[in-house]
Amino acid sequence: MLDFSIFTPEVFRAFVLNGLYFSLALTAVATLGGILFGTLLALMRLSGVKLFEVPATIYVNGMRSIPLLMVLLWFFLLVPMLIGRPIGAEISAVITFVAFEAAYFSEIMRAGIQSIARGQVFAGQALGMTYGQNMKLVILPQAFRNMLPILLTQTIILFQDTSLVYIITANDMLHGFSTAGANLSRPREAYILAAVCYFVICYALSWLVKRLQLKIAIVR
Amino acid sequence: MSLEWQVLCLDTLDKEPVKGCFGSGQEQTYLDWLLQAWGQTVIVAGAALVVALIVGALIGTLRTLPGNPVIARLGNAWVELFRNIPLLVQIFLWYHVLPVLFPLFAQMPKLALVILGLGLFTSARIAEQVRAGIQALPRGQRYAGMAMGFTTPQCYRYVLLPMAFRIIIPPLTSESMNIFKNSSVAFAVSVTELTFFAQQAGEETSRGVEIYMAVTALYILSAFAINRIMAYIEKRARVPGFVATTGGGGH
Repeated sequence: MLDFSIFTPEVFRAFVLNGLYFSLALTAVATLGGILFGTLLALMRLSGVKLFEVPATIYVNGMRSIPLLMVLLWFFLLVPMLIGRPIGAEISAVITFVAFEAAYFSEIMRAGIQSIARGQVFAGQALGMTYGQNMKLVILPQAFRNMLPILLTQTIILFQDTSLVYIITANDMLHGFSTAGANLSRPREAYILAAVCYFVICYALSWLVKRLQLKIAIVR
Repeated sequence: MSLEWQVLCLDTLDKEPVKGCFGSGQEQTYLDWLLQAWGQTVIVAGAALVVALIVGALIGTLRTLPGNPVIARLGNAWVELFRNIPLLVQIFLWYHVLPVLFPLFAQMPKLALVILGLGLFTSARIAEQVRAGIQALPRGQRYAGMAMGFTTPQCYRYVLLPMAFRIIIPPLTSESMNIFKNSSVAFAVSVTELTFFAQQAGEETSRGVEIYMAVTALYILSAFAINRIMAYIEKRARVPGFVATTGGGGH
């Protein structure tokens, strides 16, 4: 009933490989961009200045209460309207993921920064550090370290979420599999193989995160 | 750019404005369709949440059974399987693959397949929380149950699970909100829920901004409602004199 023989390495290379690269690249860019903007958002929320705090809170809570698919649709519609010319699905996906993940990473960073004992902040201040120095040299390095396992877990979730760019027909790994399945008229086998591929990648990554968590736990 | 909310009052077929915005009889306005789509989202998310809670509680409990490594391992395998495959791929498997391989699934309505897919995907997350909740209890609780002469099922029913479920209400809240958002993936297999409506209606009317705004508002409203409901449950379920000590940080 199922026939996988048609899925040779050549087929994989022709249909899936580019999609896999895109999925990985999207994950990497969204993680780095998300952490960067997420940290900024977290700092805004913790700044105690209403002018920064309120917009950041609205942004984060807003993003977190709508589905990623809806955000993808929004950006796919709005970005071309704003810049006045159409953009590709891939660029749109990258912009969406950075904007969306920033909200999630900011919550992780906020928890991480808040997990640092108040005494650390005071110690930095007592040494005469400015706010920027204190953040950069004392708080953020520790916060990042505390948050590393959760940051990596979020990255794995992010990698799984990249499959959703299917909705705006960007060429990701799932799209590659479904195209291969359609062209070779083996759609079911293609979906099963896609599931296997995602499983292997995500399982391996989460195993690594678990190992890392153990290592960090020993150091402390 | 000006917004034209009139678009919601248009008839979905002839695109003529309908008086009072709600269609009567055969005619259907976009507002009618929007509310129907919201209903679909609520049905899919709600039913999936029931599936997820039942299966998740069961698997999570099995993973903590004393002296039964095989069952615990099977529970772990379940969690890993459903956690490491993207939801969209799982939905495709349920919708396109399983009905062909197993006649049992072929007889089920398509909507039920989507609900099962979303429910089992979430069950893995809930199982993880239930396990964590049970393991967060002091060991003395289990021993106290055993000392009372409880059998293992009794011990879980009367001692461990009531406390564990109270501890994990905060993560269950975010999981309930997640399942509502994740139900948007049903769009990919043409369930006419909110996101499906957004895309279809946005295209048909070329007033995407207004349509998307309405849909987004409903999503935010729903998330807020779930949050309030869970806060109410948490308050009502609280054991007097017992302050649940969940890990710090978070939200």
